[in-house]
Amino acid sequence: MSVTTPDSLPNERPVKLKLGRDDLMMRGFILVIALYLIITLAFPLYAMLSKAFSTFQFDLSQIEFQVSDESGKFDGTILSAAALNEQLNAIPEDEMATSSDGRLSLTPLFPDFSFRSPVLYKIRGTTEDVVYLIGSDRVSGTDWREVDSNTFRRIVLRPVQSFGLSNFTTYFSTPSLFRSIENSLFISIVSTIVTVSLAFAFAYALSRSCMRLKGVFRLIAMAPILVPSLLPGIALVYLFGIQGMLKEGMMGESIYGPYGIVLGSIFFTFPHAFIIITTALAISDARLYEAAVSLRASPWKTFWTVTIPGARYGLISAAFVVFNLVITDFGLPKVIGGQYNMLAVDIYKQVIGQQNFEMGAVVSVVLLMPAFIAFAVDRQVQKKQVALLSARSVVFEPNPDRKFDRICFTYCSLVAIFIVGILGVCQFAALIKFWPYDLSLSLKNYNFDVMDGGGWEAYGNSIKLGLLTAFFGTIVVFIGAYMVDKTRSFRAGRGLFQFLAMLPMAIPGMVLGLAYIFFFNDPNNPLNAIYGTMAILVIVTITHFYTVSHLTAVTALKQMDGEFESVASSLKQPFYKLFTRVTVPVCMPAILDIAIYLFVNAMTTVSAVVFLYSTDTALASIAVLNMDDAGDVAPAAAMGMMIFYTNAAARIIHLAVSKGILKRTQAWRLR
Amino acid sequence: MLQLKKLALTAIAGLFVANSVAAAELTVYTAVEAEDLKRYAEEFNKAHPDIKINWVRDSTGIITAKLLAEKNNPQADVIWGLAATSLLLMKSEGMLEPYAPKGVENLDKKFIDKSTPPTWTGMDAWVASVCFNTVEAEKLGLKAPKTWKDLTKPEYKGHVIMPNPNSSGTGFLDVSSWLQMFGEEGGWQYMDALHENIARYTHSGSKPCKLAAAGEIPIGVSFAFRGAKSKADGAPLEIIVPEEGVGWDMEATAIVAGTDNLDAAKTLVDWSITKEANEMYNTGYAVVAYPGVAKPVKFFPDNLLEKMIDNDFEFAANNRKAILEEWQKRYDSKSEAKS
Amino acid sequence: MPTEATRELDADEAQPQGEAYLRIDSLWKAFGEFIALRDISLSISEGEFVCFLGPSGCGKTTLLRAIAGLDIQSRGSIEQAGKDISNLPPAERDFGIVFQSYALFPNLTIEKNISFGLENAGLSKAAISARVTELLELVGLPDQGKKYPAQLSGGQQQRIALARAIAMSPGLLLLDEPLSALDAKVRVHLRHEVKELQRKLGITTIMVTHDQEEALSMADRIVVMNHGVIEQIGTPTDIYREPATLFVADFIGEMNKLMAIAGGPGMVTIGQKDFNSGGGDFPPGSEVIAAVRPEDIIPHGPGARSDGAPDDITEPGNAFETTIKEMEFLGSFWRARLVSAALGDAELIADFSINAVRRMQLSVNMDIVIEIPSNRLKVFTRPAGE
Repeated sequence: MSVTTPDSLPNERPVKLKLGRDDLMMRGFILVIALYLIITLAFPLYAMLSKAFSTFQFDLSQIEFQVSDESGKFDGTILSAAALNEQLNAIPEDEMATSSDGRLSLTPLFPDFSFRSPVLYKIRGTTEDVVYLIGSDRVSGTDWREVDSNTFRRIVLRPVQSFGLSNFTTYFSTPSLFRSIENSLFISIVSTIVTVSLAFAFAYALSRSCMRLKGVFRLIAMAPILVPSLLPGIALVYLFGIQGMLKEGMMGESIYGPYGIVLGSIFFTFPHAFIIITTALAISDARLYEAAVSLRASPWKTFWTVTIPGARYGLISAAFVVFNLVITDFGLPKVIGGQYNMLAVDIYKQVIGQQNFEMGAVVSVVLLMPAFIAFAVDRQVQKKQVALLSARSVVFEPNPDRKFDRICFTYCSLVAIFIVGILGVCQFAALIKFWPYDLSLSLKNYNFDVMDGGGWEAYGNSIKLGLLTAFFGTIVVFIGAYMVDKTRSFRAGRGLFQFLAMLPMAIPGMVLGLAYIFFFNDPNNPLNAIYGTMAILVIVTITHFYTVSHLTAVTALKQMDGEFESVASSLKQPFYKLFTRVTVPVCMPAILDIAIYLFVNAMTTVSAVVFLYSTDTALASIAVLNMDDAGDVAPAAAMGMMIFYTNAAARIIHLAVSKGILKRTQAWRLR
Repeated sequence: MLQLKKLALTAIAGLFVANSVAAAELTVYTAVEAEDLKRYAEEFNKAHPDIKINWVRDSTGIITAKLLAEKNNPQADVIWGLAATSLLLMKSEGMLEPYAPKGVENLDKKFIDKSTPPTWTGMDAWVASVCFNTVEAEKLGLKAPKTWKDLTKPEYKGHVIMPNPNSSGTGFLDVSSWLQMFGEEGGWQYMDALHENIARYTHSGSKPCKLAAAGEIPIGVSFAFRGAKSKADGAPLEIIVPEEGVGWDMEATAIVAGTDNLDAAKTLVDWSITKEANEMYNTGYAVVAYPGVAKPVKFFPDNLLEKMIDNDFEFAANNRKAILEEWQKRYDSKSEAKS
Repeated sequence: MPTEATRELDADEAQPQGEAYLRIDSLWKAFGEFIALRDISLSISEGEFVCFLGPSGCGKTTLLRAIAGLDIQSRGSIEQAGKDISNLPPAERDFGIVFQSYALFPNLTIEKNISFGLENAGLSKAAISARVTELLELVGLPDQGKKYPAQLSGGQQQRIALARAIAMSPGLLLLDEPLSALDAKVRVHLRHEVKELQRKLGITTIMVTHDQEEALSMADRIVVMNHGVIEQIGTPTDIYREPATLFVADFIGEMNKLMAIAGGPGMVTIGQKDFNSGGGDFPPGSEVIAAVRPEDIIPHGPGARSDGAPDDITEPGNAFETTIKEMEFLGSFWRARLVSAALGDAELIADFSINAVRRMQLSVNMDIVIEIPSNRLKVFTRPAGE
């Protein structure tokens, strides 16, 4: 056997793996969950995109006229509306594009038209299915219909549906619409800079000082996650509104508008930035600080040469997460935005206010762009940060420094007061009888049943949604993550699944909700039955929050020994035995984390569900929005605080359960 | 043992009775205030216990959007209590079943669709008014405005809030009434001037009045019903009916074309225009379709009825899109909040 | 051109005596463009203990995983006990496996870990329990059944992993760097235990390791691999004494590698000096590498022989004078760095026993005569670039 080995694979048939029972089952699971994501994500988005290109246009070639002389005699000349317009150019091309409820009067085609004139008109459609309106009555068909001048002015044309780019043309030629892009970017950038700076200082103080009450500060910093994003807006009205407790603080500026949106955004995005930056600071290497000290670098220099570069990925990641949260948020600008238009609110206005679904879809497409870019950058940065994390070394332990600790304590206290203050004001407002005229305490604002928004039933529905989402979501997400992590080969299927699992993070809730209308409310869709039910709310919430849950599950699974599956199959044991006996118990903490994450977000989300709830499935977070919308601001605050307490209680239960389970089933963790 | 049998029998009998009572179920879409719905159903069931109503309630905009979205696959049997302008939109889409309810001739002509047979019938009117917070106004030294034109005076700059007609039915009826009263050109001129005084436009129609009630703004352009309610809650409000006249819309009833329960739907619509029904509407609304029924509603301005303009719903419905587009072009692009 | 004649393998090295239990034929494995295994053929007989030895990335673990069916090969076939298992999923093959990480299920007790595979094999509870006890005794941990893995030391955990792997009496035991995560002492101790256990059970075993000592001390045969090909298959002594390739010579043990030019048959020139070498048929004048292990260099001079017999140079042609440049005490022997004008600028490393150093009073800067026995001087083709 002379070893002159060839350089490439021999030209034979490749060995094909015979799929075992486990392989088939796991691939089956991947496909089922991928199918779930395709149906709940890809198809609706496709439906939405095609809606954005669905246009409504007046078609003058549908109509023909005859015009009489002053005495009412017709000479038999048939005039086509399209030809008339070509001659006169009475209705310019850009006015032909409209929305589904547009109506076109035909009188401009006759320059000498007067409703007092004795001239008579005959009108007919060119085909049987043409419909025009006389007043509000529908007339169809090719029969001539004779009308007098006064009636003729009441005749209007309905648009016909076609496909094209004209929705986008309309969008970009309507200043009030495209101005929102600028506004959204401006608000998002300002909020991002401020929030990330504040959160960085806060995280820095917590990780680098020896001040007291660190645990309390950490707890307070996380509180905003437990409330809907629009709650700070309500608090800001009570604080800085015209009748606000601190209205002088605004120095004559209005809180309704950019100031309010930015302040509220800082509140609700703060915990997100704080978590990411804390992680980034925690992984920086203490040895670098020791080196800096031994080189006699000043603290200022150390900060800029060691701290900031070490945390840079965290800072970038936090910036993009905050940016994405702000630009896609709908509740806050809705409550406190005043005349300041933002993209997410535009979608709502187009759909709910004007029933212009097509334009809503167009704005959604516009909103997808920045969200997508922010998402892509964040993913790249996250990957790099992970690399940094795995190369981590010595953990930094701060030393007491009185002056520095005192500064940190003061700063953290101020931030904590801001957060607690916002929540406190909401609770206070909820208990006041009639601000500012009757300051006696009362529970009347909790009488939700007599107000818009769905009453206490909405609150019950929210809890139901939270529980159902947590239950089914955790199952779907964890099984999906397990399969994608553990299935052997099958690269195409796993790649597709990974992509689908990451996609929801880039899709704003409003956009997803709107896409669901288009997809599920289509009578031809066999899944149409779930429209308007609790099921669709559960599905949209699971899908909306899929990515973070998925990443949590994957991280937990990656921490497990990758050879468990190999061992189990060498022992001839099916994967599901391993899954139930080992994987699930070992990952129980992560599973509970996913469950609580889904629960809390189901309780607070507004944007994903605002288009999808029905009377029977009204939700607490939506009730906050609608009560505020109807001017019942105090009850809105009361409901918002109910959400807060519920989420806080859920967190406490989660903590207790986690601890209990850890103690009972994870005795093995203790040495 | 015997007892058990008895129990079973009763249960079966109970099932039977329950079944026979709910001979028909109707899905009814409505924008009527949540607190009134229960009462409406109870009153109706006194006369017709065999028809069960399943309410689907939401604000006018959302219910309208929902109905239009379901155009090809209607879920509703009856619409009971939705703005007439919305119903006109449905009508022109061919979504409504023409039907002349028994006793329709008793109603005020204003409240009946002009087609024969009519596709919808009105219930009550929902009238624009101005909510004026006397306490805040005094602080600012503002006099109560008497007319729409008063609102454009410089002294009110930044002290007026009105609903955005693009999202609020109330806002739209204001705009369309101004265009009808002052003419196309005069109307837009008026709104140009008014815009200079507006602090901001709200999404919902009731919010300006609630904001006025809460002192967030001295003057809120809203509707009378809301003002009266806030006043009853103890707000220092005066409800002003501008002298030029006020726009209004009505809540109306119609049968959705293609319903499986046409007979039950007709029964409901028949009942909805009876005197009893109108008396029921009167608890919230001062103006109802059945002449001679209305009793004054507490805190409602007295001269409201005579100030209601002769509203051309057809004009409003057919020009809605164009008006809103123009409005948006003129006022919505000013992004800065003014104060 | 006699290409790599030295890499020609004896037929009876590749094919063990008797019936082959495991037969791998022309096996290839590619990961995308990268070819991890090239044309691997190998037979292992029943009861044999074979080590796959090589540096990281040489493909030894890939080969093991292909045998287990965990990463299926791209081409080629595998036969176990006369049955073609080339494309079977792992669960349908017959093996037990132990990983470097132990891969013990952390939330199950030791007993449950061991009985994991026994549970639905049709055994009664009592039988399972008896088998677990037996296995625990076999690996020397009879009282630890109720504990969790984290409560045991690394060495103990690896024994449990071993017990679990053999619980179902598989035909083949696969060990993937089983001892690498353990500290040195435990590792040496466990070597013997594993080998002992294997001998007792007579189970055919394949162990992957990058530790030559481990391979040399445990294996019946060693398969040395590099860059996805088998460099040499042989018993530990063969591999050490008669490396078939420069790679094997270099990878296992210490080796002086000297630039040289091939002379006539069996002759090689290092620097200016000609040597007799142990074979190698190279055309005269071709560039080669001559290799000799440090311990094979024989020092000559007074006191060189412990029995006081005359210090005869067996092959005078292979002896020459050198100077000791440096000496390093390594515990059980001395390592000396030698230079010689005859060799040019090449340096030689030689290991001298403590006794020899004492008797000959070797010290730095001393001149001594050394001899390189011709059968210990190996000649290999010089790879391009050296």
